[in-house]
Amino acid sequence: MRYQIMTAALAVTTALPFAGPAAATDLEVTHWWTSGGEAAAVAEFAKAFDETGNHWVDGAIAGSGGTARPIMISRITGGDPMGATQFNHGRQAEELVQAGLMRDLTELATRDKWAEIVQPKSLLDGCTLDGKIYCVPVNIHSWQWLWLSNAAFEKAGVPVPKNWNEYVAAAPALEKAGIIPLAVGGQPWQSSGAFDVLLTAVGGTDAFLKVYRDKDAEFAAGPEVAKVFKAADDARKMAKNTNVQDWNQATNLVISGKAGGQIMGDWAQGEFQVAGQTAGKDYTCLPGLGLNEVIATGGDAFYFPLLQDAEKSKAQEALAETLLDPKTQVAFNLKKGSLPVRGDIDLKAANDCMKKGLDILAKGSVMPWTDQLLSQDTQKQKEDLFSEFFAKPDMTVEEAQKRFADIVASAD
Amino acid sequence: MSKSERPNQLFRNLNAKVASIPMVLTALVIFVGGSAWTVLYSFTNSKLLPRLNFVGLDQYYRLWSTPRWLVSIENLLVYGVLSLVFSLVIGFILAALLDQKIRFEDTFRTIFLYPFALSFIVTGLVWQWLLNPEFGIQGVVRGLGWESFSFDPLYNSDIVIYGILIAALWQGTGLIMCLMLAGLRGIDEDIWKAARVDGIPTLKTYLFIIIPMMRPVFITALVIIAAGIVKVYDLVVAQTSGGPGIASEVPAKYVYDYMFFAQNLGQGFAASTMMLLSVVVVIVPWAYLEFGGKKRG
Repeated sequence: MRYQIMTAALAVTTALPFAGPAAATDLEVTHWWTSGGEAAAVAEFAKAFDETGNHWVDGAIAGSGGTARPIMISRITGGDPMGATQFNHGRQAEELVQAGLMRDLTELATRDKWAEIVQPKSLLDGCTLDGKIYCVPVNIHSWQWLWLSNAAFEKAGVPVPKNWNEYVAAAPALEKAGIIPLAVGGQPWQSSGAFDVLLTAVGGTDAFLKVYRDKDAEFAAGPEVAKVFKAADDARKMAKNTNVQDWNQATNLVISGKAGGQIMGDWAQGEFQVAGQTAGKDYTCLPGLGLNEVIATGGDAFYFPLLQDAEKSKAQEALAETLLDPKTQVAFNLKKGSLPVRGDIDLKAANDCMKKGLDILAKGSVMPWTDQLLSQDTQKQKEDLFSEFFAKPDMTVEEAQKRFADIVASAD
Repeated sequence: MSKSERPNQLFRNLNAKVASIPMVLTALVIFVGGSAWTVLYSFTNSKLLPRLNFVGLDQYYRLWSTPRWLVSIENLLVYGVLSLVFSLVIGFILAALLDQKIRFEDTFRTIFLYPFALSFIVTGLVWQWLLNPEFGIQGVVRGLGWESFSFDPLYNSDIVIYGILIAALWQGTGLIMCLMLAGLRGIDEDIWKAARVDGIPTLKTYLFIIIPMMRPVFITALVIIAAGIVKVYDLVVAQTSGGPGIASEVPAKYVYDYMFFAQNLGQGFAASTMMLLSVVVVIVPWAYLEFGGKKRG
């Protein structure tokens, strides 16, 4: 009797490894989408991938990209690669690609005609190195948004502003009503990103490109950028009472009307959606801070580490196809609050803010973002500078600008 | 592990020597080898992956002109000096008080030592809440009616490092107290009696007789505290993540951030080499005095 059970158990254990891959290949996918809206969006990917007969093993890493990327990179360089991983396309994974640790997707891209379906074209450029394609862009995320709480402005008795300048003018009224005018969380990338947005909005697209693409240190020290620093000074005064760390906690201050607004990328929209708020009614969004309506073609992409396992490699291809599938694109981006990477799909269900974004995209007002233009090293230096600038009221605007120009001068 | 080697008797205790080979190899390959590798690559411009592309002292020039590194060093000095002094003083006073043959000594010892059972991460989170202006000490005191009371070190750039120091002392003094207590118990009762016969006041007995006799205990405590100071990292990450701004950054965090977040290994290695150097500067003269002078007596 016992003998029979043992053989049965043995049979099961030996049968499983053979039966498993044929039915479903497990593919571990790492990403840093852990807030409420993000988790709902990534579940769409998992569902669609599972429908292809494979199995999505979720490898979410909490604590935003800054925490997650080192873990992902050390797993890839340490010889324990996952099936696929999120990065922001651009230069984050540049050296991994150069070291030959990432899979070349050019063949698949040609077969599926990615060059034709991915819109705008510059998205695919972010995935391309030396003419070869290494990643699948899944969405367009733009930083240049100002999210305003209609309730907060109502309480302060001022109309909801239509651009940054009106917003700054309304700040004293908000403060008097006991509302934090601007929410900026303590994580360094938030203050640094807010400055980049101000640079685009107040300085203009050309100023942004001159500083970050051409690395013109003289220009960065000049009067035009000084105007931007003046605006950043306003921002830090408005934000001085924000005692939260994470971006979604800061967004929550806006959702609950405790803060007037937040400069944050369109991923904040997912949080408004999870909270059941309606664009236009409960909150207002101003792309480009209402001054310069552009969309940066930053965003998220999936990279596929080079694997030896043939089954898993096949599953990688299936995943790449799933990510770009029109149906998945719609489902994912609606939940995520980001814009789809295909121009040929219909987002009827899109809300007001996404429609604004789609309009700008259709007009072709796009620009590259810092992820594509700057190395992580330069980004980190920038983050150190701006987190200090926002936290230290006695740091002068001139000193900050001088240090900014130094960073631009040594940028790569 | 006694390592009483006599040079002319290489094969004495052969078994023990063979048994210690793995540890010796570990020490050589991992500690010494790893350190040498790090120092070597700190002279390169390695980014995400180590590359032997030498750039001389560039990484060090950049390091010492980075405001964040300078803030880190300043914080480490403030934190280091204060935590050394306060740990020793508070630890010794607590031990001396416990040594007065009081009642419930075991209970007090347990209470004081308990925080040491917590990791720095847990300590940091606990104190992050205690020092939070809305929920912590400030909130409670204000709730009692003292509206103007203000105590929010973690949100004030000028004093944030003291907020971290408080947490570190809370966690660490218990251990120092236990070491000191053991030292005090090791002092012969007759010394006390002799001091009393000579009419020396208690305080003076402590300062001029007992403490000098406890030198080995103080050295042990010093090494334990100093090692904790240089590597302080997790406490800062849990309590403030270096904020507000960069006001509570420490060198170990700079190393980690630049190696992994900024994908700039060269810069991280240069910073860790500076940390190693600072330890060597402290340890070598001390070790020379301590072990080199053995012949004296």
